[in-house]
Amino acid sequence: MSEADGIMRLRQPISVTYNWSAGPNATSHLNGLLEGTLIGKRCPGCSLVYFPPRNGVCPKCARILGDDVVVGPRGTITTFCVVNVPFLGQKIKLPYVAAQILLDGADISMQHLIQECEATDVRIGMRVEPVWKDRSEWGPSLENIAHFRPTGEPDRDMGVEAGAS
Amino acid sequence: MADLCAVVGVGQTKHASCRADVSIAGLVREAVDRALADANIGIDDVDAIVIGKAPDPLEGVAMPELWLADALAAHGKPVFRVHTAGSVGGSTAIVAAQHVMAGIHGTVLTIGFEKQSDGNAMWALSVPIPFGMPVHAGAGGYFSPIVRGYIKRSGAPSHIGAMVAVKDRTNACKNPYAHLHEPDWTLEKALESPMMWDPIRFVETCPSSDGAMALVLMSEERADKHPGPKAWVHATAMRSEPTAFAGREQVSPRAGEMCAEDLWRKGGITNPAKEIDVAEIYVPFAWFEPMWLENLGFAPRNEGWRWVEDGVTDIGGSLPINPSGGVMSTNPIGASGMLRFGEAAMQVMGKAGEHQIDGARKAVGHAYGGGSQFFAMWLVSSGKP
Repeated sequence: MSEADGIMRLRQPISVTYNWSAGPNATSHLNGLLEGTLIGKRCPGCSLVYFPPRNGVCPKCARILGDDVVVGPRGTITTFCVVNVPFLGQKIKLPYVAAQILLDGADISMQHLIQECEATDVRIGMRVEPVWKDRSEWGPSLENIAHFRPTGEPDRDMGVEAGAS
Repeated sequence: MADLCAVVGVGQTKHASCRADVSIAGLVREAVDRALADANIGIDDVDAIVIGKAPDPLEGVAMPELWLADALAAHGKPVFRVHTAGSVGGSTAIVAAQHVMAGIHGTVLTIGFEKQSDGNAMWALSVPIPFGMPVHAGAGGYFSPIVRGYIKRSGAPSHIGAMVAVKDRTNACKNPYAHLHEPDWTLEKALESPMMWDPIRFVETCPSSDGAMALVLMSEERADKHPGPKAWVHATAMRSEPTAFAGREQVSPRAGEMCAEDLWRKGGITNPAKEIDVAEIYVPFAWFEPMWLENLGFAPRNEGWRWVEDGVTDIGGSLPINPSGGVMSTNPIGASGMLRFGEAAMQVMGKAGEHQIDGARKAVGHAYGGGSQFFAMWLVSSGKP
């Protein structure tokens, strides 16, 4: 059977709008972003600091996360990807570097954009700092940070942490 | 003590980037009819149905297992749906086998499917995280930094991924059901393939496929009376871990190592590389072959890439990996894990045709999903445990 025989396929786009309940843990983190402060949470069990504290629970020991901890703003690249492929909803010019950044004082990396250097110069262990957008553009989002850029400090030896979370 | 379970029938669709000739129901039924014919039973002989697929947003059909009940002749029978992301084809087969091993059902039909052309998996897997930075770029963007971590840790040369890709694409030419039939790949040509998610080249990524796989499982009592070759299930194992936690080893996740250790222990395997004749492992990006060789305990840490380079995992090597062409040649996501499990069964049943490994007696099927966080494995053999 071919298309000429009748309707074999129909295009039917669907979209979904959600509400997202932040909960108390993510709320302090998101309020911090409104003030330009990077706030994570410390696990009272294993003392590790999560940023962002999305789930409110330590994924390692399942305790409810405890005190707020200010992290960063500088950090170290643990691993990265050079993205050359366009995809639906792409907001960033290609090619770009998406890096896992371990913020100072945090125990888990987060993904963000690296700019102000060539993609070929990005390295595991490279020290980076955030470049914030104009305050008038801020909302409760990590998008308040336009990107991270190299600080020029010596690289940090990531050892076995290279490629780890 | 659990009962024994055997695979007595295997059936898969012709996989393609777009099976516009069939609906999802038609696709699933094609695999089911082949599995039933292979087992030489009718659809009325099935006691229960266990079906699996990856996230519903991939095709935009919510709860397809309910809709598919008609096409599966499920009236009056129990139907279960399993979901563990990309590993679902494996975990679905395991849930089906457990129904048999628990003595609840004598004959169970299990199916994994995905019709990627009905939706957009890359979009469905790149939903922006609320209040995060939208730098996420599909599965390749997620896994490429992990591959970079492996390359740095192991000191692997940059051509290893391309070698795996060429091997799998060449193997797929021996598999009439495989999606990609591309006989002309050479290492030189593969190395010229564009970098998509550096360090992952285009040729080192899996295709997007429509396809389904179905298996017929029987209890020992029924299988003993059933003529034809069988794949006896010697061991199954599943493990999971969170996507992200502090200090997580992403290159070789602990859940994968634990799952493999459990599989070898249950199956009485002390030297996997020596005792396993062939393995079908879930390799959606070529670099995952050496990474999983190490995670599974086949190769020592940081040595998996040497096995690739030395041809150990070729069809003529001592541990052939993915003689079917694997996920690198066929990726209907929800079926991909069951294709690995089913292809492993086909090997020990002697039904793998041109990609048959001579004398294969023990084979492993492996699947993983999510952010390398859900693992499912089984060990099958031509003989009873």
